[in-house]
Amino acid sequence: MSTFSDDRSAVRFNRVVKTFAHHAGRKLLRERLADLAQPSRTSRFTALDDVSFEVAHGESLGLIGPNGAGKSTILNLATGLALPDSGSIEVHGHVAAILELGAGFHGDLTGAENVRINSALMGLSRRQAAARFEDIVEFSGVRDFIHEPLRTYSAGMSVRLAFSVAVHTDPDVLVIDELIGLGDQQFYARCLERIGDFQKRGKTILLASHALDLLTMFCQRALWLDHGRIVEIGPAAQVAAAYRSGRASGA
Amino acid sequence: MTPSHKWTGDYLFLFENLLLKDFRIRYRNMSLGILWSLINPLVMMGVLTFIFGSVFGGANSPVFPLFVLCGLVPYNFFTGAWLAGTISVVDSAALVKRLPVPREVLPVAAVLSNCIHLAIQLALLIALTLYFGLKPHAGWWWLAPLWILYVVFVCGLALLSSAINVFIRDTRYVVESLTLVLFWLVPIFYSFTIIPQRFAAVYRFNPVAALVMAMRNILIDRQAPPLSLVENMVIVAAVTLALGLIVFRSLKPRFYEHI
Repeated sequence: MSTFSDDRSAVRFNRVVKTFAHHAGRKLLRERLADLAQPSRTSRFTALDDVSFEVAHGESLGLIGPNGAGKSTILNLATGLALPDSGSIEVHGHVAAILELGAGFHGDLTGAENVRINSALMGLSRRQAAARFEDIVEFSGVRDFIHEPLRTYSAGMSVRLAFSVAVHTDPDVLVIDELIGLGDQQFYARCLERIGDFQKRGKTILLASHALDLLTMFCQRALWLDHGRIVEIGPAAQVAAAYRSGRASGA
Repeated sequence: MTPSHKWTGDYLFLFENLLLKDFRIRYRNMSLGILWSLINPLVMMGVLTFIFGSVFGGANSPVFPLFVLCGLVPYNFFTGAWLAGTISVVDSAALVKRLPVPREVLPVAAVLSNCIHLAIQLALLIALTLYFGLKPHAGWWWLAPLWILYVVFVCGLALLSSAINVFIRDTRYVVESLTLVLFWLVPIFYSFTIIPQRFAAVYRFNPVAALVMAMRNILIDRQAPPLSLVENMVIVAAVTLALGLIVFRSLKPRFYEHI
Protein backbone atom coordinates (compact mmCIF):
# COMPACT_ATOMS: atom_id res chain seq x y z
CA MET A 1 0.00 0.00 0.00
CA SER A 2 1.10 3.55 -0.57
CA THR A 3 2.83 5.63 2.05
CA PHE A 4 0.87 7.56 4.67
CA SER A 5 2.76 10.79 4.46
CA ASP A 6 0.97 12.16 1.42
CA ASP A 7 -0.83 15.33 2.41
CA ARG A 8 -2.67 15.43 -0.89
CA SER A 9 -4.94 12.68 0.31
CA ALA A 10 -8.43 13.70 1.34
CA VAL A 11 -9.33 10.50 3.14
CA ARG A 12 -6.87 8.22 4.85
CA PHE A 13 -7.62 4.97 6.69
CA ASN A 14 -4.64 3.50 8.51
CA ARG A 15 -4.99 -0.06 9.84
CA VAL A 16 -8.59 0.51 10.85
CA VAL A 17 -10.37 -2.15 12.88
CA LYS A 18 -14.03 -1.80 13.74
CA THR A 19 -16.00 -4.34 15.72
CA PHE A 20 -19.63 -4.39 16.79
CA ALA A 21 -21.22 -6.26 19.66
CA HIS A 22 -23.62 -9.02 18.75
CA HIS A 23 -27.03 -8.45 20.31
CA ALA A 24 -26.46 -4.73 20.63
CA GLY A 25 -30.26 -4.74 20.74
CA ARG A 26 -30.22 -5.76 24.40
CA LYS A 27 -30.51 -2.47 26.12
CA LEU A 28 -32.60 -2.99 29.21
CA LEU A 29 -31.28 -2.74 32.71
CA ARG A 30 -31.46 -6.43 33.58
CA GLU A 31 -29.48 -7.30 30.45
CA ARG A 32 -26.84 -4.73 31.33
CA LEU A 33 -26.55 -6.26 34.78
CA ALA A 34 -26.31 -9.74 33.30
CA ASP A 35 -23.54 -8.51 30.99
CA LEU A 36 -21.66 -7.11 33.94
CA ALA A 37 -21.99 -10.32 35.87
CA GLN A 38 -20.89 -12.40 32.93
CA PRO A 39 -18.78 -10.37 30.47
CA SER A 40 -18.22 -13.33 28.17
CA ARG A 41 -21.90 -13.18 27.21
CA THR A 42 -21.20 -10.41 24.70
CA SER A 43 -19.49 -11.62 21.57
CA ARG A 44 -18.29 -9.20 18.93
CA PHE A 45 -17.95 -9.48 15.22
CA THR A 46 -15.38 -7.68 13.17
CA ALA A 47 -16.87 -5.38 10.56
CA LEU A 48 -13.52 -4.01 9.35
CA ASP A 49 -10.29 -5.88 9.87
CA ASP A 50 -7.05 -3.98 9.40
CA VAL A 51 -8.22 -1.80 6.52
CA SER A 52 -5.82 0.78 5.07
CA PHE A 53 -6.32 2.95 2.02
CA GLU A 54 -6.12 6.52 0.85
CA VAL A 55 -8.17 8.66 -1.45
CA ALA A 56 -6.40 11.61 -3.03
CA HIS A 57 -8.02 15.04 -3.31
CA GLY A 58 -10.22 15.05 -6.38
CA GLU A 59 -10.24 11.30 -6.67
CA SER A 60 -13.31 9.06 -6.63
CA LEU A 61 -13.08 5.70 -4.94
CA GLY A 62 -15.72 3.02 -5.38
CA LEU A 63 -16.45 0.41 -2.72
CA ILE A 64 -17.67 -2.97 -3.91
CA GLY A 65 -18.47 -6.18 -2.15
CA PRO A 66 -21.40 -8.30 -1.05
CA ASN A 67 -23.87 -7.13 1.61
CA GLY A 68 -22.24 -7.09 5.03
CA ALA A 69 -18.73 -6.81 3.61
CA GLY A 70 -18.08 -3.55 5.48
CA LYS A 71 -18.81 -0.93 2.80
CA SER A 72 -21.28 1.02 4.91
CA THR A 73 -19.01 0.80 7.91
CA ILE A 74 -16.25 2.52 5.93
CA LEU A 75 -18.65 5.26 4.84
CA ASN A 76 -19.93 5.78 8.40
CA LEU A 77 -16.42 5.97 9.80
CA ALA A 78 -15.36 8.41 7.08
CA THR A 79 -18.37 10.57 7.91
CA GLY A 80 -17.39 10.62 11.58
CA LEU A 81 -20.52 8.88 12.83
CA ALA A 82 -18.57 6.19 14.64
CA LEU A 83 -15.02 5.75 15.89
CA PRO A 84 -12.71 2.85 15.00
CA ASP A 85 -11.62 0.36 17.67
CA SER A 86 -8.04 0.83 16.57
CA GLY A 87 -6.17 2.44 13.72
CA SER A 88 -6.66 6.00 12.54
CA ILE A 89 -8.88 7.84 10.12
CA GLU A 90 -8.16 11.25 8.68
CA VAL A 91 -10.54 13.23 6.56
CA HIS A 92 -9.59 16.65 5.21
CA GLY A 93 -12.29 19.15 4.42
CA HIS A 94 -16.02 19.26 4.89
CA VAL A 95 -17.83 15.95 4.46
CA ALA A 96 -21.40 15.52 3.28
CA ALA A 97 -22.95 12.10 3.44
CA ILE A 98 -25.81 10.70 1.41
CA LEU A 99 -26.24 7.56 3.46
CA GLU A 100 -29.96 7.45 3.72
CA LEU A 101 -31.95 10.06 1.90
CA GLY A 102 -34.34 11.99 4.07
CA ALA A 103 -32.73 11.29 7.45
CA GLY A 104 -34.18 14.00 9.65
CA PHE A 105 -37.14 14.76 7.40
CA HIS A 106 -40.49 15.08 9.13
CA GLY A 107 -43.81 14.32 7.45
CA ASP A 108 -45.80 17.02 9.21
CA LEU A 109 -43.53 19.80 8.00
CA THR A 110 -43.61 21.29 4.53
CA GLY A 111 -40.95 20.61 1.93
CA ALA A 112 -39.56 24.11 2.42
CA GLU A 113 -39.34 23.70 6.21
CA ASN A 114 -37.61 20.35 5.84
CA VAL A 115 -35.10 21.86 3.42
CA ARG A 116 -34.21 24.56 5.95
CA ILE A 117 -33.86 22.10 8.83
CA ASN A 118 -31.78 19.71 6.79
CA SER A 119 -29.57 22.54 5.54
CA ALA A 120 -28.88 23.52 9.15
CA LEU A 121 -28.20 19.91 10.17
CA MET A 122 -25.78 19.48 7.28
CA GLY A 123 -23.86 22.48 8.48
CA LEU A 124 -24.99 25.35 6.26
CA SER A 125 -25.09 28.81 7.78
CA ARG A 126 -28.24 30.90 7.70
CA ARG A 127 -26.94 32.91 4.78
CA GLN A 128 -25.84 29.86 2.78
CA ALA A 129 -29.16 28.14 3.39
CA ALA A 130 -31.09 31.17 2.21
CA ALA A 131 -28.86 31.67 -0.84
CA ARG A 132 -29.12 28.03 -1.95
CA PHE A 133 -32.78 27.48 -1.19
CA GLU A 134 -33.92 28.41 -4.70
CA ASP A 135 -31.33 26.15 -6.33
CA ILE A 136 -32.32 23.27 -4.08
CA VAL A 137 -35.99 23.62 -4.94
CA GLU A 138 -35.24 24.09 -8.61
CA PHE A 139 -33.01 21.03 -8.78
CA SER A 140 -35.51 18.83 -6.93
CA GLY A 141 -38.27 19.68 -9.37
CA VAL A 142 -40.96 19.69 -6.67
CA ARG A 143 -41.53 23.44 -6.63
CA ASP A 144 -45.31 23.13 -6.98
CA PHE A 145 -45.50 21.17 -3.74
CA ILE A 146 -42.80 22.90 -1.72
CA HIS A 147 -45.29 24.42 0.74
CA GLU A 148 -47.24 21.21 1.21
CA PRO A 149 -46.56 18.82 4.11
CA LEU A 150 -44.00 16.17 3.25
CA ARG A 151 -46.40 13.35 4.05
CA THR A 152 -48.38 14.27 0.93
CA TYR A 153 -45.27 13.69 -1.23
CA SER A 154 -44.72 10.52 -3.17
CA ALA A 155 -41.65 8.50 -2.17
CA GLY A 156 -39.87 9.68 -5.30
CA MET A 157 -40.55 13.34 -4.58
CA SER A 158 -39.15 13.29 -1.08
CA VAL A 159 -36.04 11.42 -2.24
CA ARG A 160 -35.50 14.10 -4.88
CA LEU A 161 -35.77 16.84 -2.29
CA ALA A 162 -33.38 15.07 0.09
CA PHE A 163 -30.80 14.42 -2.61
CA SER A 164 -31.08 18.01 -3.73
CA VAL A 165 -30.28 19.35 -0.24
CA ALA A 166 -27.33 16.98 0.14
CA VAL A 167 -25.64 17.93 -3.13
CA HIS A 168 -26.12 21.63 -2.47
CA THR A 169 -24.11 21.61 0.77
CA ASP A 170 -20.99 21.91 -1.39
CA PRO A 171 -18.77 19.47 0.50
CA ASP A 172 -15.09 18.73 -0.14
CA VAL A 173 -15.75 15.04 0.33
CA LEU A 174 -19.01 13.47 -0.76
CA VAL A 175 -19.88 10.10 0.74
CA ILE A 176 -22.61 8.18 -1.08
CA ASP A 177 -24.19 4.89 -0.15
CA GLU A 178 -25.80 3.50 -3.30
CA LEU A 179 -27.19 5.63 -6.08
CA ILE A 180 -30.36 3.79 -6.92
CA GLY A 181 -33.93 4.71 -6.12
CA LEU A 182 -33.37 8.31 -7.17
CA GLY A 183 -36.71 8.82 -8.80
CA ASP A 184 -37.42 8.79 -12.50
CA GLN A 185 -34.98 8.44 -15.37
CA GLN A 186 -34.78 12.16 -15.95
CA PHE A 187 -33.98 13.02 -12.35
CA TYR A 188 -31.52 10.16 -12.12
CA ALA A 189 -29.67 11.56 -15.12
CA ARG A 190 -29.56 14.98 -13.46
CA CYS A 191 -28.09 13.46 -10.29
CA LEU A 192 -25.35 11.74 -12.24
CA GLU A 193 -24.61 14.97 -14.04
CA ARG A 194 -24.38 16.76 -10.70
CA ILE A 195 -21.93 14.19 -9.38
CA GLY A 196 -19.92 14.60 -12.58
CA ASP A 197 -19.78 18.36 -11.86
CA PHE A 198 -18.43 17.60 -8.41
CA GLN A 199 -15.60 15.64 -9.90
CA LYS A 200 -14.81 18.37 -12.42
CA ARG A 201 -14.49 20.82 -9.55
CA GLY A 202 -11.91 18.58 -7.93
CA LYS A 203 -14.06 17.16 -5.13
CA THR A 204 -13.43 13.80 -3.57
CA ILE A 205 -16.04 11.05 -3.69
CA LEU A 206 -16.48 7.81 -1.79
CA LEU A 207 -19.18 5.73 -3.45
CA ALA A 208 -20.45 2.34 -2.34
CA SER A 209 -22.55 0.62 -4.96
CA HIS A 210 -23.67 -2.71 -6.31
CA ALA A 211 -24.12 -1.13 -9.74
CA LEU A 212 -20.70 -1.94 -11.12
CA ASP A 213 -21.19 -0.20 -14.46
CA LEU A 214 -22.10 3.03 -12.76
CA LEU A 215 -19.22 2.66 -10.35
CA THR A 216 -16.64 2.13 -13.06
CA MET A 217 -18.05 5.09 -14.94
CA PHE A 218 -17.48 7.46 -12.00
CA CYS A 219 -14.59 6.07 -10.04
CA GLN A 220 -10.94 5.96 -10.99
CA ARG A 221 -10.20 3.35 -8.40
CA ALA A 222 -12.21 0.71 -6.60
CA LEU A 223 -11.83 -1.20 -3.36
CA TRP A 224 -13.22 -4.71 -3.13
CA LEU A 225 -14.19 -5.74 0.37
CA ASP A 226 -15.21 -9.10 1.72
CA HIS A 227 -15.86 -9.94 5.37
CA GLY A 228 -14.24 -6.72 6.48
CA ARG A 229 -11.00 -7.28 4.63
CA ILE A 230 -9.64 -5.72 1.46
CA VAL A 231 -9.55 -8.28 -1.34
CA GLU A 232 -8.24 -5.94 -3.97
CA ILE A 233 -7.73 -2.23 -4.53
CA GLY A 234 -6.80 -0.71 -7.87
CA PRO A 235 -8.16 0.71 -11.14
CA ALA A 236 -11.96 0.53 -11.00
CA ALA A 237 -12.48 -1.45 -14.22
CA GLN A 238 -9.89 -4.03 -13.20
CA VAL A 239 -11.26 -4.52 -9.66
CA ALA A 240 -14.85 -4.67 -10.94
CA ALA A 241 -13.87 -7.33 -13.48
CA ALA A 242 -12.05 -9.33 -10.81
CA TYR A 243 -15.08 -9.03 -8.53
CA ARG A 244 -17.41 -10.19 -11.32
CA SER A 245 -15.32 -13.21 -12.18
CA GLY A 246 -14.66 -13.94 -8.50
CA ARG A 247 -18.38 -14.02 -7.87
CA ALA A 248 -19.02 -16.11 -10.99
CA SER A 249 -16.52 -18.75 -9.95
CA GLY A 250 -17.92 -18.68 -6.43
CA ALA A 251 -14.64 -17.72 -4.81
CA MET B 1 -8.32 7.67 17.16
CA THR B 2 -10.37 10.79 16.66
CA PRO B 3 -11.37 11.62 13.12
CA SER B 4 -9.90 14.91 12.06
CA HIS B 5 -13.14 16.36 10.83
CA LYS B 6 -15.48 18.50 12.85
CA TRP B 7 -18.99 19.77 12.30
CA THR B 8 -18.50 23.35 11.25
CA GLY B 9 -22.06 24.54 10.96
CA ASP B 10 -23.96 27.43 12.43
CA TYR B 11 -25.14 26.54 15.95
CA LEU B 12 -27.56 29.43 16.26
CA PHE B 13 -29.22 28.59 12.95
CA LEU B 14 -29.34 24.91 13.90
CA PHE B 15 -30.96 25.56 17.28
CA GLU B 16 -33.44 27.96 15.73
CA ASN B 17 -34.46 25.31 13.21
CA LEU B 18 -34.72 22.51 15.76
CA LEU B 19 -36.87 24.65 18.07
CA LEU B 20 -39.10 25.79 15.22
CA LYS B 21 -39.46 22.18 14.13
CA ASP B 22 -40.63 21.06 17.59
CA PHE B 23 -42.94 24.03 17.89
CA ARG B 24 -44.53 23.45 14.51
CA ILE B 25 -44.96 19.73 15.00
CA ARG B 26 -46.45 20.21 18.43
CA TYR B 27 -48.87 22.98 17.63
CA ARG B 28 -49.80 22.53 14.00
CA ASN B 29 -51.98 19.52 14.66
CA MET B 30 -53.84 21.10 17.56
CA SER B 31 -56.97 23.04 16.80
CA LEU B 32 -56.61 25.03 20.02
CA GLY B 33 -52.90 25.57 19.46
CA ILE B 34 -51.08 27.21 22.34
CA LEU B 35 -54.24 27.26 24.46
CA TRP B 36 -53.34 23.72 25.47
CA SER B 37 -50.30 25.12 27.25
CA LEU B 38 -52.66 27.16 29.42
CA ILE B 39 -55.37 24.60 30.03
CA ASN B 40 -53.21 22.05 31.85
CA PRO B 41 -51.83 24.41 34.54
CA LEU B 42 -55.20 26.11 34.96
CA VAL B 43 -56.99 22.80 35.52
CA MET B 44 -54.32 21.60 37.95
CA MET B 45 -54.43 24.93 39.78
CA GLY B 46 -58.21 24.68 40.06
CA VAL B 47 -58.13 21.09 41.33
CA LEU B 48 -55.37 21.71 43.88
CA THR B 49 -57.07 24.90 45.10
CA PHE B 50 -60.33 23.00 45.56
CA ILE B 51 -58.74 20.01 47.34
CA PHE B 52 -56.41 21.90 49.65
CA GLY B 53 -58.47 25.08 49.93
CA SER B 54 -61.95 23.64 50.36
CA VAL B 55 -61.72 19.90 51.08
CA PHE B 56 -58.81 19.91 53.54
CA GLY B 57 -59.38 23.52 54.37
CA GLY B 58 -55.69 24.04 54.96
CA ALA B 59 -55.29 27.10 52.86
CA ASN B 60 -56.91 30.26 54.06
CA SER B 61 -54.71 32.54 52.00
CA PRO B 62 -56.70 34.61 49.51
CA VAL B 63 -53.94 34.13 46.93
CA PHE B 64 -53.88 30.34 47.23
CA PRO B 65 -54.45 29.78 43.47
CA LEU B 66 -51.42 31.97 42.75
CA PHE B 67 -49.46 30.14 45.46
CA VAL B 68 -50.23 26.83 43.72
CA LEU B 69 -49.41 28.15 40.25
CA CYS B 70 -46.00 29.40 41.51
CA GLY B 71 -45.33 25.74 42.27
CA LEU B 72 -46.87 24.25 39.15
CA VAL B 73 -45.04 26.33 36.53
CA PRO B 74 -41.49 25.37 37.63
CA TYR B 75 -42.61 21.78 38.21
CA ASN B 76 -44.32 21.46 34.81
CA PHE B 77 -41.30 22.83 32.99
CA PHE B 78 -39.00 20.52 34.89
CA THR B 79 -40.95 17.35 34.12
CA GLY B 80 -41.69 18.21 30.48
CA ALA B 81 -38.20 19.40 29.62
CA TRP B 82 -36.34 16.67 31.48
CA LEU B 83 -38.36 13.87 29.93
CA ALA B 84 -38.14 15.39 26.43
CA GLY B 85 -34.40 15.78 26.92
CA THR B 86 -33.97 12.24 28.20
CA ILE B 87 -35.56 10.61 25.18
CA SER B 88 -34.14 13.09 22.65
CA VAL B 89 -31.06 11.16 21.55
CA VAL B 90 -32.81 7.80 21.19
CA ASP B 91 -35.74 9.44 19.43
CA SER B 92 -33.37 11.04 16.94
CA ALA B 93 -31.83 7.70 16.02
CA ALA B 94 -32.13 8.52 12.31
CA LEU B 95 -30.01 11.63 12.82
CA VAL B 96 -27.46 10.00 15.10
CA LYS B 97 -27.00 7.17 12.62
CA ARG B 98 -26.81 9.31 9.52
CA LEU B 99 -25.64 12.86 10.15
CA PRO B 100 -22.49 14.00 11.94
CA VAL B 101 -24.31 16.73 13.91
CA PRO B 102 -22.87 17.40 17.38
CA ARG B 103 -24.97 15.16 19.59
CA GLU B 104 -25.07 17.60 22.51
CA VAL B 105 -27.44 19.68 20.43
CA LEU B 106 -30.25 17.13 20.75
CA PRO B 107 -31.00 17.18 24.51
CA VAL B 108 -30.29 20.91 24.76
CA ALA B 109 -32.70 21.66 21.90
CA ALA B 110 -35.35 19.45 23.52
CA VAL B 111 -35.07 21.40 26.76
CA LEU B 112 -35.08 24.76 24.99
CA SER B 113 -38.17 23.74 22.99
CA ASN B 114 -40.03 23.42 26.25
CA CYS B 115 -39.17 27.04 26.97
CA ILE B 116 -41.84 28.07 24.45
CA HIS B 117 -44.36 26.20 26.56
CA LEU B 118 -42.82 27.78 29.63
CA ALA B 119 -43.05 31.32 28.29
CA ILE B 120 -46.80 30.90 27.82
CA GLN B 121 -47.21 29.57 31.36
CA LEU B 122 -45.08 32.36 32.80
CA ALA B 123 -47.27 34.89 31.03
CA LEU B 124 -50.27 33.24 32.71
CA LEU B 125 -48.52 33.43 36.07
CA ILE B 126 -47.72 37.11 35.64
CA ALA B 127 -51.28 37.82 34.54
CA LEU B 128 -52.66 36.04 37.63
CA THR B 129 -50.25 37.96 39.88
CA LEU B 130 -51.49 41.26 38.49
CA TYR B 131 -55.08 40.02 38.76
CA PHE B 132 -54.56 39.55 42.51
CA GLY B 133 -53.42 43.15 42.72
CA LEU B 134 -49.75 42.37 43.31
CA LYS B 135 -47.95 45.06 41.35
CA PRO B 136 -44.50 44.71 39.72
CA HIS B 137 -41.54 45.74 41.85
CA ALA B 138 -37.72 45.74 41.57
CA GLY B 139 -37.53 42.13 42.84
CA TRP B 140 -39.08 40.95 39.56
CA TRP B 141 -35.69 41.46 37.91
CA TRP B 142 -34.61 38.33 39.77
CA LEU B 143 -36.93 36.24 37.61
CA ALA B 144 -34.59 36.33 34.60
CA PRO B 145 -31.35 35.07 36.20
CA LEU B 146 -33.20 32.49 38.30
CA TRP B 147 -34.98 30.99 35.31
CA ILE B 148 -31.79 30.99 33.24
CA LEU B 149 -30.01 29.07 36.02
CA TYR B 150 -32.93 26.70 36.18
CA VAL B 151 -32.85 26.02 32.41
CA VAL B 152 -29.08 25.44 32.63
CA PHE B 153 -29.69 22.96 35.45
CA VAL B 154 -32.29 21.06 33.40
CA CYS B 155 -29.97 21.05 30.34
CA GLY B 156 -27.25 19.45 32.46
CA LEU B 157 -29.65 16.86 33.79
CA ALA B 158 -30.96 16.13 30.28
CA LEU B 159 -27.41 15.67 28.92
CA LEU B 160 -26.76 13.17 31.68
CA SER B 161 -29.99 11.19 31.37
CA SER B 162 -30.18 11.24 27.55
CA ALA B 163 -26.70 9.70 27.30
CA ILE B 164 -27.52 7.01 29.85
CA ASN B 165 -30.83 6.33 28.10
CA VAL B 166 -28.96 5.24 24.97
CA PHE B 167 -27.37 2.39 26.90
CA ILE B 168 -30.10 1.63 29.41
CA ARG B 169 -33.51 2.25 27.91
CA ASP B 170 -35.22 1.95 31.28
CA THR B 171 -33.84 5.39 32.10
CA ARG B 172 -36.89 7.15 30.71
CA TYR B 173 -39.17 5.19 33.04
CA VAL B 174 -36.95 6.04 35.98
CA VAL B 175 -37.22 9.69 34.99
CA GLU B 176 -41.01 9.42 34.71
CA SER B 177 -41.25 7.86 38.18
CA LEU B 178 -38.93 10.44 39.70
CA THR B 179 -40.99 13.30 38.35
CA LEU B 180 -44.12 11.76 39.86
CA VAL B 181 -42.43 11.48 43.25
CA LEU B 182 -41.16 15.01 42.89
CA PHE B 183 -44.70 16.33 42.67
CA TRP B 184 -45.08 15.50 46.37
CA LEU B 185 -41.56 16.40 47.43
CA VAL B 186 -41.63 19.87 45.96
CA PRO B 187 -43.72 22.38 47.93
CA ILE B 188 -46.33 22.86 45.22
CA PHE B 189 -49.49 22.84 47.33
CA TYR B 190 -47.87 23.29 50.72
CA SER B 191 -45.49 25.85 52.13
CA PHE B 192 -41.79 25.44 52.75
CA THR B 193 -42.32 26.66 56.31
CA ILE B 194 -44.13 23.49 57.39
CA ILE B 195 -41.19 21.27 56.41
CA PRO B 196 -39.37 19.87 59.47
CA GLN B 197 -36.06 21.61 60.09
CA ARG B 198 -33.93 18.51 59.55
CA PHE B 199 -35.15 18.17 55.93
CA ALA B 200 -34.85 21.86 55.10
CA ALA B 201 -31.29 21.63 53.73
CA VAL B 202 -32.32 18.96 51.21
CA TYR B 203 -35.07 21.25 49.94
CA ARG B 204 -32.68 24.16 49.62
CA PHE B 205 -30.40 22.22 47.29
CA ASN B 206 -33.28 20.92 45.19
CA PRO B 207 -33.43 23.51 42.40
CA VAL B 208 -37.10 22.78 41.68
CA ALA B 209 -38.06 23.50 45.28
CA ALA B 210 -35.66 26.44 45.40
CA LEU B 211 -37.23 28.05 42.36
CA VAL B 212 -40.75 27.49 43.72
CA MET B 213 -39.75 29.25 46.93
CA ALA B 214 -38.07 32.06 45.03
CA MET B 215 -41.15 32.56 42.83
CA ARG B 216 -43.31 32.92 45.94
CA ASN B 217 -40.82 35.30 47.54
CA ILE B 218 -40.84 37.47 44.47
CA LEU B 219 -44.45 37.38 43.29
CA ILE B 220 -46.45 36.92 46.50
CA ASP B 221 -44.24 38.25 49.31
CA ARG B 222 -42.92 40.98 47.00
CA GLN B 223 -39.32 40.48 48.16
CA ALA B 224 -36.02 39.60 46.59
CA PRO B 225 -35.17 35.92 47.09
CA PRO B 226 -32.60 35.17 49.85
CA LEU B 227 -29.08 35.38 48.50
CA SER B 228 -28.20 31.97 49.94
CA LEU B 229 -30.92 30.44 47.78
CA VAL B 230 -29.50 32.10 44.66
CA GLU B 231 -26.03 30.86 45.58
CA ASN B 232 -27.33 27.31 45.92
CA MET B 233 -28.94 27.52 42.50
CA VAL B 234 -25.71 28.77 40.92
CA ILE B 235 -23.77 25.90 42.47
CA VAL B 236 -26.29 23.22 41.54
CA ALA B 237 -26.67 24.51 37.95
CA ALA B 238 -22.92 24.68 37.38
CA VAL B 239 -22.22 21.25 38.89
CA THR B 240 -25.08 19.59 37.02
CA LEU B 241 -24.07 21.09 33.67
CA ALA B 242 -20.43 20.09 34.15
CA LEU B 243 -21.38 16.57 35.16
CA GLY B 244 -23.85 16.24 32.29
CA LEU B 245 -21.28 17.40 29.74
CA ILE B 246 -18.56 15.11 31.08
CA VAL B 247 -20.78 12.03 31.05
CA PHE B 248 -22.31 12.86 27.66
CA ARG B 249 -18.92 13.48 26.04
CA SER B 250 -17.47 10.27 27.39
CA LEU B 251 -20.42 8.16 26.22
CA LYS B 252 -21.18 9.74 22.85
CA PRO B 253 -18.50 7.94 20.80
CA ARG B 254 -20.44 4.74 21.51
CA PHE B 255 -23.92 6.10 20.72
CA TYR B 256 -23.70 4.89 17.13
CA GLU B 257 -23.38 1.26 18.13
CA HIS B 258 -26.08 1.27 20.74
CA ILE B 259 -28.80 3.31 19.16
